Amino acid sequence: MTSGLWELVFKGIWTTVQLLFFSAILAAAVSFVVGVARTHRLWIVRFLAGFYTEVFRGTSALVMIFWVFFVLPPAFGWQLVPMWAGTLALGLTYGAYGSEIVRGALKAVDPAQQEGGIALSFTPWQRMRLILLPQAVPEMIPPFSNLLIELLKGTALVSVMGMGDLAFSGNLVRLALQESAGIYTYLLLIYFVIAFLLTRLMRGLEKKLKAGVGKEPQRGLDTDAELKRAQTTGVGGQVA
Amino acid sequence: MTWDWNAVSDFMPQFWDGLLVTLQALALGSLISFALGLVWALLMRAPSRFVRWPVGVVTEFVRNTPLLVQLFFLFYVLPEWGVTLSALATGVIGIGLHYSTYTMQVYRAGIEAVPPGQWEAATALNLPRVRTWQVVILPQAIRRVVPALGNYVISMLKDTPMLMVITVLEMLGEARLFAQEHFQFTEPLTVIGVAFIVISYLASLLLRSLERRLVR
Repeated sequence: MTSGLWELVFKGIWTTVQLLFFSAILAAAVSFVVGVARTHRLWIVRFLAGFYTEVFRGTSALVMIFWVFFVLPPAFGWQLVPMWAGTLALGLTYGAYGSEIVRGALKAVDPAQQEGGIALSFTPWQRMRLILLPQAVPEMIPPFSNLLIELLKGTALVSVMGMGDLAFSGNLVRLALQESAGIYTYLLLIYFVIAFLLTRLMRGLEKKLKAGVGKEPQRGLDTDAELKRAQTTGVGGQVA
Repeated sequence: MTWDWNAVSDFMPQFWDGLLVTLQALALGSLISFALGLVWALLMRAPSRFVRWPVGVVTEFVRNTPLLVQLFFLFYVLPEWGVTLSALATGVIGIGLHYSTYTMQVYRAGIEAVPPGQWEAATALNLPRVRTWQVVILPQAIRRVVPALGNYVISMLKDTPMLMVITVLEMLGEARLFAQEHFQFTEPLTVIGVAFIVISYLASLLLRSLERRLVR
């Protein structure tokens, strides 16, 4: 491969990383807002949040990307820059999966903690901010780490829309060289390295956050988590 | 915003064709992933680490890289190596292989969840190794993992649109074809979007009733 083609690949990596960063932020924001809303005391808030989760988890990320790119512009009269369209589609879809993680972790906090907060006459918001979230967030990191890897894999989908990410640049190189095995092997390796770095990053974060609440990070195969993994990175929850 | 019901009714014949292909890919992909996942899980319990280590690395690699690029790899590289398969067959293999690395973890978790007393009882009864797996461990492990496997089938359903990129005409492929021929994007894309939500929601209801029956 010539240096010009490598430059193309590096540009692709940069686009992928940018897209990953923005959509991860949007997905995290959506996860927390929707996940917390699903524990709200008003049924209508719970129902709407559950409905959102079910709709966005129910549909395919690629279909959602097509929808944002082709249906939104004529329907609402505005067209998004590809980067923001991709961010929107990925962030909303993966945010729906993330909300299930947040809800699960909040539900797993010992109810006595919640009752203690009530006894001390904390407001619901104070209980959430000072009691529930500090204990729930460290537990969310391992499933969020899995979801981040899924999101990284999801970013490859925008190449179908002609956005110049890593997978797209790989296709260009294949067309230029008329040879596939080499470039796709490089591509897979690059994705794997990014995924590996992200996993390390999240492990460090888990260690730090768990130390804050006096816990050790878990090692090895977590059997319970593996059996539930499809629910938080796939579908299978329930409305409200 | 304009909505044309005629476009919807024009799209319907193609939609059913696409649905059929999607379900075919899903059924075959599931079978491959269930079988191959069990093979990986059993290999990960092999006594020699020269078996465990390569299996661990390969499956970790497949799990952490995009299915889309894996499909490109299979679709463009296999013919270079002299293996020619139809697009659908390539897609089914790709999706089955990708998800086998997930089902493998599910099987592993299920096998580890079998209480140690079961192993000890099998040893005490002097059951041969193969028999222990066949009649004691696997029946209990698989019962436990059916709901988790079912959830992966639903995830797989939502990854089938990726087969479009290797020219398989499943639901999204049909919708895109229709949209390009008639220049109407809204209707076909919305129809298949709703179809995905409906199918995966029904499937998750079905799964939950199955789960109640199996896991007690």
